[in-house]
Amino acid sequence: MKVLVPVKRVVDSNVKVRAKADETGVDLANVKMAMNPFDEIAVEEAVRLKEKGVATEVVVVSCGPAICQETLRTALAVGADRAILVDAGDVELQPLAVAKILKALVAKEAPQLVVAGKQAIDDDANQVGQMLAALQGWPQVTFASKVDVADGKAKVTREIDGGLETLEVPLPAVITADLRLNEPRYAKLPDVMKAKKKPLETTTPAELGVDVAPRLKTLKVSEPPKRQGGGKVADVADLVNRLKNEAKVI
Amino acid sequence: MAILVIAEHDHASLKAATRNTLAAAARLGSEVHLLVAGSNAGGAAAQGATAGAARVLLADAPQYAEQSAENLTALIVSLAGGYSHILAPASSFGKNFLPRVAAQLDVAQISDIVGIVSADTFVRPIYAGNALATVQSADAVKVISVRSTAFDAPPESAPAPVENVTATADTGLSKRLGQELTKSERPELGAAKIIVSGGRGLGSGENYKKILEPLADKLGAALGASRAAVDAGFVPNDFQVGQTGKIVAPQLYIAVGISGAIQHLAGMKDSKVIVAINKNPDEPIFQIADYGLVADLNDAVPELVAAL
Repeated sequence: MKVLVPVKRVVDSNVKVRAKADETGVDLANVKMAMNPFDEIAVEEAVRLKEKGVATEVVVVSCGPAICQETLRTALAVGADRAILVDAGDVELQPLAVAKILKALVAKEAPQLVVAGKQAIDDDANQVGQMLAALQGWPQVTFASKVDVADGKAKVTREIDGGLETLEVPLPAVITADLRLNEPRYAKLPDVMKAKKKPLETTTPAELGVDVAPRLKTLKVSEPPKRQGGGKVADVADLVNRLKNEAKVI
Repeated sequence: MAILVIAEHDHASLKAATRNTLAAAARLGSEVHLLVAGSNAGGAAAQGATAGAARVLLADAPQYAEQSAENLTALIVSLAGGYSHILAPASSFGKNFLPRVAAQLDVAQISDIVGIVSADTFVRPIYAGNALATVQSADAVKVISVRSTAFDAPPESAPAPVENVTATADTGLSKRLGQELTKSERPELGAAKIIVSGGRGLGSGENYKKILEPLADKLGAALGASRAAVDAGFVPNDFQVGQTGKIVAPQLYIAVGISGAIQHLAGMKDSKVIVAINKNPDEPIFQIADYGLVADLNDAVPELVAAL
């Protein structure tokens, strides 16, 4: 069974991003980039499925500018077998376009399972996995915290408001990874070296016959309203007094 | 054309986030219909009737008992022809099926809106709320998820008519094997007026319970946590407040032993009053707190409980 994992190159989660002064976007000059944290979890899960003998091959895909190769190499270093770069140049790829690219790749690669991160931490859209499942007519299990694959089915526990639910879906299917699915491993240096020799194929949206024109136009990107904070209280008695008499919230 | 809101409910009753979503829909300027898809969901439909919609559409059938994304999507797509906008709460319920609806309709989804500029232009947070994007959609149908904390629930209205709509066939794509719901007497995190939230500073799951539960009990508050506390296994995932957890905006948010990572602030910085209790005065949580108390939480929280 082949597993396909889409990975996105995003701003490192520790960077505090700011809107540009002219409100045309966010300032990403010289900012540290990394693999989207939920995609790291998705790659880890796919690699574990291979280690358990459930999956035979893990193929990672990244859509974006050529530099997304770095993200693909990171995934190869932790155990993915092969990578596909969908080089879209500087075109902004929105979730529906990414889902369509992945659909074109599913047609070529015929995976039985797609494991994606639940959300990318840049646009915070939380859409691609569900959209791909829709375009394929496949079942989906979002926000997974436990995955068991056997006999052509996936038994997946997912995080819902107020607790957990366990779903069973026939394969092929799309699963999106939540935080507690696993703890991704770190790549060891020899594996980083080996990853450089693993196959990485490049294609483009045009070669895949996918129209990636953005559907949403960003009119402006602005700073959120600033919160006035920094107030201190002397002790617990002062705190209780302020909450009761100043803020009047208790 | 009318606007369709998808109700979040547990069949017997309507979830609060549905009302906030109706408030957002009301600002779009056309008639609003509320779709209740469930099994034996008459209770939820009756509550929906007075929640501000002009009409309630009830799809009551066994295949909606589990509210699977596959079956809900089939139903919503079957009704989509008559609507200019389709809205759902940006909760784990709405996030699950709404992108599936958008893809089937071949339109973009506008996720997690916090503002409405016009019927085709919306404001949504990006980068953990560190920036606000104003986006315009040219799609024929606007598919939108709504951040409930950004829209106040409307007052109860006179009862609207409830109409039955034809159920779509069971897609048979997904089967629920089980559910483990946390039983709690406390208010729901997303709708609570007061939230007591704990971070890594609590040190352990036992200490989280021992220190924070008495405070939450005293205040009638919901309990929350930072991602660090969830990662460390102190509490379940659905306690998580933050960029990838729940977005909350209570009247009072008490952050105990929370450092204030960007991802956590993204989930609670719109709270009316923020209290931070932490022994390290340099933690970023103090920069956004209205009332910062630099103290050892193990002493300060029990003292606070006693003083309330």
